[in-house]
Amino acid sequence: MRAHLILKDGAMFRGRAPLGFGGAGEAVFTTAMTGYQEILTDPSFAGQLVTMTFPEQGIYGIHSDLSESSKPWATGMLCRRVSGTPDHTLSESDLGGWLKRHRIPLMTDLDTRALTHYIRDTGSQSAIIWTESDGSLEEGKTKAAGLPDMTGQALCSAVSCKDRYEIANDDAKFRVSVLDGGIKKSILRLLHAAGLHLEVFPWDAPASELLAPRFHGVFLSNGPGDPAALPGMQREVAKLIGERPIFGICLGHQLLAHAFGGSTYKMKFGHRGANQPVLDLQTGRVEITAQNHGFAVDDSSLPPPIEVTHRHLSDNTVEGLRHKTLPIFSLQHHPEASPGPHDARDAFGRFGRMLEAYHA
Amino acid sequence: MPKRTDIHSVLVLGSGPIQIGQACEFDYSGTQALKALREEGIRTILLNSNPASIMTDPDRADATYIEPLTLTVLEKIIQTEKPDAMLPTVGGQTALNLAMEAHQSGVLEKYGVKLIGAQPAAIERGEDRKVFKALMDELGLETCRGGFAHTMAEARELLQGTGFPAIIRPSFTLGGSGGGIAYNIEEFEIICQRGLDLSPTKQLLIEESILGWKEFELEVVRDLDDNVEVICSIENLDPMGIHTGDSITVAPALTLTDPEYQRMRNAAIAVIRGVGVETGGSNIQFALNPEDARIIVIEMNPRVSRSSALASKATGFPIAWVATKLALGYRLWELPNVITGLTKAAFEPVLDYVVIKIPRFTFEKFPLAEKVLGTQMKSVGEVMAIGRTFQEALQKGLRSLEEGHDGLTGAMEGKLDLARLREHLLIPGPERIFWLYHALKAGHTVEELHRLTKINEWFLREMEELVILEGRLRGFGLDRLPGELLEKAKRAGFSDGQIATCCGGVDTEVKARRHSLGIHPVFKRVDTCAGEFEAETPYLYSTWEYGQEGGDSGNEASPSARKKAIVLGSGPNRIGQGVEFDCCCVQAVEAIRASGVEAILINCNPETVSTDFDTSDRLYFEPLTHEHVKAIVRREAQNGELLGVFTQFGGQTPLKLSGRLHAEGVPLLGTPHQTIMDAEDRERFGHVLSRLDIPVAKWGMASSFDQALTVAHQIGYPVMVRPSFVLGGRAMAVVFDDEGLSKYMREATAVNEDQPVLLDRYLDGAQELDVDLVCDGKDAFIAGVMAHIEEAGIHSGDSFAVFPALGIEESVLETVRTQSLKLALELGVHGLMNLQWAIKDDIAYCLEANPRASRTVPFISKATGVNWAGIAARIGLGQSLSEQKISDGEALAVAVKGVVFPFAKFPGVDPVLGPEMKSTGEVMGIGDTFGEAYAKALIAAGVPLPLSGTVFLSVNDHDKPKLSELAKKLTDLGFALCATEGTARHLENADGLTVRRIFKVNEGRPHAVDLLKNGEIDWVINTPLGRNAFFDEGAIRKESLRLKIPCLTNLNAALAACEAMETLRGDTRVRTLQGLKQP
Repeated sequence: MRAHLILKDGAMFRGRAPLGFGGAGEAVFTTAMTGYQEILTDPSFAGQLVTMTFPEQGIYGIHSDLSESSKPWATGMLCRRVSGTPDHTLSESDLGGWLKRHRIPLMTDLDTRALTHYIRDTGSQSAIIWTESDGSLEEGKTKAAGLPDMTGQALCSAVSCKDRYEIANDDAKFRVSVLDGGIKKSILRLLHAAGLHLEVFPWDAPASELLAPRFHGVFLSNGPGDPAALPGMQREVAKLIGERPIFGICLGHQLLAHAFGGSTYKMKFGHRGANQPVLDLQTGRVEITAQNHGFAVDDSSLPPPIEVTHRHLSDNTVEGLRHKTLPIFSLQHHPEASPGPHDARDAFGRFGRMLEAYHA
Repeated sequence: MPKRTDIHSVLVLGSGPIQIGQACEFDYSGTQALKALREEGIRTILLNSNPASIMTDPDRADATYIEPLTLTVLEKIIQTEKPDAMLPTVGGQTALNLAMEAHQSGVLEKYGVKLIGAQPAAIERGEDRKVFKALMDELGLETCRGGFAHTMAEARELLQGTGFPAIIRPSFTLGGSGGGIAYNIEEFEIICQRGLDLSPTKQLLIEESILGWKEFELEVVRDLDDNVEVICSIENLDPMGIHTGDSITVAPALTLTDPEYQRMRNAAIAVIRGVGVETGGSNIQFALNPEDARIIVIEMNPRVSRSSALASKATGFPIAWVATKLALGYRLWELPNVITGLTKAAFEPVLDYVVIKIPRFTFEKFPLAEKVLGTQMKSVGEVMAIGRTFQEALQKGLRSLEEGHDGLTGAMEGKLDLARLREHLLIPGPERIFWLYHALKAGHTVEELHRLTKINEWFLREMEELVILEGRLRGFGLDRLPGELLEKAKRAGFSDGQIATCCGGVDTEVKARRHSLGIHPVFKRVDTCAGEFEAETPYLYSTWEYGQEGGDSGNEASPSARKKAIVLGSGPNRIGQGVEFDCCCVQAVEAIRASGVEAILINCNPETVSTDFDTSDRLYFEPLTHEHVKAIVRREAQNGELLGVFTQFGGQTPLKLSGRLHAEGVPLLGTPHQTIMDAEDRERFGHVLSRLDIPVAKWGMASSFDQALTVAHQIGYPVMVRPSFVLGGRAMAVVFDDEGLSKYMREATAVNEDQPVLLDRYLDGAQELDVDLVCDGKDAFIAGVMAHIEEAGIHSGDSFAVFPALGIEESVLETVRTQSLKLALELGVHGLMNLQWAIKDDIAYCLEANPRASRTVPFISKATGVNWAGIAARIGLGQSLSEQKISDGEALAVAVKGVVFPFAKFPGVDPVLGPEMKSTGEVMGIGDTFGEAYAKALIAAGVPLPLSGTVFLSVNDHDKPKLSELAKKLTDLGFALCATEGTARHLENADGLTVRRIFKVNEGRPHAVDLLKNGEIDWVINTPLGRNAFFDEGAIRKESLRLKIPCLTNLNAALAACEAMETLRGDTRVRTLQGLKQP
């Protein structure tokens, strides 16, 4: 079925909606060339229409072990082409069929490169996949103009677990409480592999629960939406400071910045991809990282005890923080990758060593 | 940390002549390296024997040595230049081997020269199979299971590790004979026993079978701070079993899941660290078992490679340039990403398109060679194509090959015998992709084809979709073809011609229909970052997009408002059209830029300097076909002033396009279309020659066998016969009688009204000359006249040649010069022209004229110190020769062009020369005397002559008169002689020489081949009889080739070699090109 992607500002890109239905969200792009399934199931993409800049999608189908959560969270997939039939020995479904089962709209035949340029130049904005059965283009434009912005949206409640659960690790020396703002499975897997026993709490868990005496440390997860729109979480995170070693990733990192009294801002089009160079200011070495964020920490807002440890090589934005005296650190990028390079995976080991040192 | 401060001068090693497996990708990497060094103010010294390269242009380095790549030469250069460091990683295996030799012999240490890029220990770890395997074990990475066995017991032990099927390869047997695949213990015992018997070293390599596994390559760079990044992943469409150089490959890897890819990436990083390549690029190959995702490391190259050239073009990331900067001590994050200009080189490029590389083969040149692909590389060139989808890229790539395919659909229609389908799918040959296409068309399923070929189903399914689309197109006449379907076909990479084939009509009608519907290609940029950042660099490819409502958004060509000229490149390297033409294109582009005109280049060869993104002002990486070129012309003409298109620098490829471009009103720059026709059309050319009273060998055309016989009798045998549409000496032969002619007509060519054959009187025993000249229509000057060292009948591209033309009567030379200039002016050449002359009995016959840059232009440019291609480009822009202050070229020294042949890669092929060109590359020897220059050319070409020992003489009757002179010279030089009975008696009786007698192969023993095998012969001089080659001769030449004993098949060459002997024995001098320049 023919369709248009209509942006909030009225720009319209031609394409097709092979599943026959549309949907809306914030149009963003990721330059990762592998890992469409991991991206679509990453809860941090909740509320977003993800443009895949790599034009061939769906080649190896859908695999049972590749999802980062129980279902796709992105509100739509925008791409140039999706292959009908997967090739891979281990694949269980084709991408289109899987999206259809989950009622996630798919748009193909887009000039994704032109769209990417448009987003790059005008900034991420809300958009709608408008099929020919949805009505006239004028109606679509009106609809798009009325879409809400991502700024100010609190989305953790939708993607977080509802109840506390445990990931046992019999050999673990340390037990860590995990605040789930929309956590990816691979983060849990790597924390577990770092020798930790995990208890995962819903996004609105109070600090007191996270700081229960049985816990040796706290982990703050990634998640979707605007960190500034989560004052409750910020408040609870502030209470954690100084109580236990803390490690935060992405949203967790941004919440920590807020908790320290700093602020975040919306980036023009964010960083999304698996090739993002991050300079570790301590070692002088570069890590190629996976990233997925539309908001960033404003480093001028950070109080003196907080030190910037990592910066993005392309735009110098803050990629990592630590507290100068307390055992607290956080990363804006995704050390677990999935999809993406594993260069930054030692972050999980670093957390383990921090716990060792603290509890020695 | 900034760059090292201890390096002020660097010696760069080139890769020598173009050979199969080592082609102009190293001209590209070497040129980038020189650029990177000079930007840092470092004095650059270059050693390379290949004059047809851009890197050896005298303005690329501070001191350019076109000398043989040998340790002796290297040491002399080091002695003179005293470089601080040597960079061996941009000149292929040749450079790496020479560097290791220099290291092992202590030369580097003696003169305090540091190796940069890769240290000897790392090179050893990367190159020595055993050491590498042990290192991989240590790193916890898997390699192919197996090892070497010397006894049956050892073999059985290895079998425990490999399991069945096991691959068994006896060491050092000819062409790997005696090996096999064992599926059970019985077969295993038999093959191993046989292999042990056959192997002269009693050694077997036994490995697990990884045939059919997926094959990948990762291009990795590392800096001194141990920052590592993967620049590009490449997936082979053809699974394990076919050399990656002969495989169709795609970038990025398409069929891997992220965890699979990351495992491979982690392994690649571990390998480059483990091997310890300090800085620069490496290439690591992997195989992945699709059944269980097991990954094994195949090998690594601790240097830039063919694949890194491809990766650079595929991503826009200049690996060799970056690698050179890293070798100087820069860190990746200190270097800019030169494509975006904004970001740093520390990142991993991402693509928003699909790149395909397709190898170009020339099996038609070697009819006796088996058309089978395996682990020995056989392709001579490659094309790259960029599309937004695999289907589009595949079709563009196949079209770029210039083998007559318009894409996948419609290719080789009616030319394949489908009864032999199974065999051709099981045993891969160069045309397997077309067999697959026809199999799909005949209804074979993807699953079935996958079973036979192990090619990933996804690729096959994509091809199947093209077949289905072709079927849908066939359902419509052009006038009823729905616009939507037409656009879908364009998006799947169909050319207008392919659509016309399906729907009826011709391509121009499809184009008209398309234009009426407003369906045009858009041009996208290669930017390293998938659009995340703005790209400064106009490196473009075409594609088809539905676009944005209300505008042709997405078109990134943005033509400038300047005056501009388009240069058409030379497409894939092949025998007859190689790096020489790329060199001319680059020189032309630079001259155009220097004239203040914007230079736009179109080409599809990823190995070249011309397709480096900053060689031209704007680069279109596109197939060199009318439709693609015309679309670019259309787009570029929308802004600024498009002066026109140059078709004379890229060899025959652009020349073929000039007719249609001219007919459609595109201005041709330089030589006008009329002139091209006058020179290319045999009849018209004949008229021009007779008008000017230029002698020409008797000739005629025939469109049937009877007619050919009549013509042959008229002009008299021997006769040179060839199809009239011939390119690069394809299917040319010399025949001596009716029988030979009838055999040729039966076997070599189809003849009919549309495809007549051309018959020329063959001037046997003539001396051939090559002339290059420039002409602006008013004035004309000779760039150079070269004399072939072999006599006429051997393709000019296969002949050694000397400049200035030594040994030719001055009066004859003068005639040739005057007549050549006259001819150029008469034809109205504007730019370069190449002519071939044959001298017989002091009469100069004009053989042919090519109104374009020739293979010898770069050689002559180096020998005269004049950039002739640049002059020609300026003529095309309207600057006359007098304005440019040009006169005839003058030799700065004696220069000999030598050639190298690929016979060793084609077992079964008789290594004999004739009118069909067979060489892949050339070298240059420079000296004060002919002897010195010739000796150097021989060494550089890899046929160093023995300084003493025994010469085996076997010559045909025609050459007998000259034999005495040669035999005497050889005796004087201290060589012992041996010959067969007749020749021996002749020499003893006539000249009183001592000659050892040996048997012919079929007469008794010991015969010539026995002696060769026993090492009793050091040099073979064997001129073929010309008619049916004797069984004897073939056996002798093949054996010499195998044992690397020099074998000259031409008496003139042998005489020349005697002259060179003195130099070979003495101390040769090395000189820079810059030093040749006379004030």
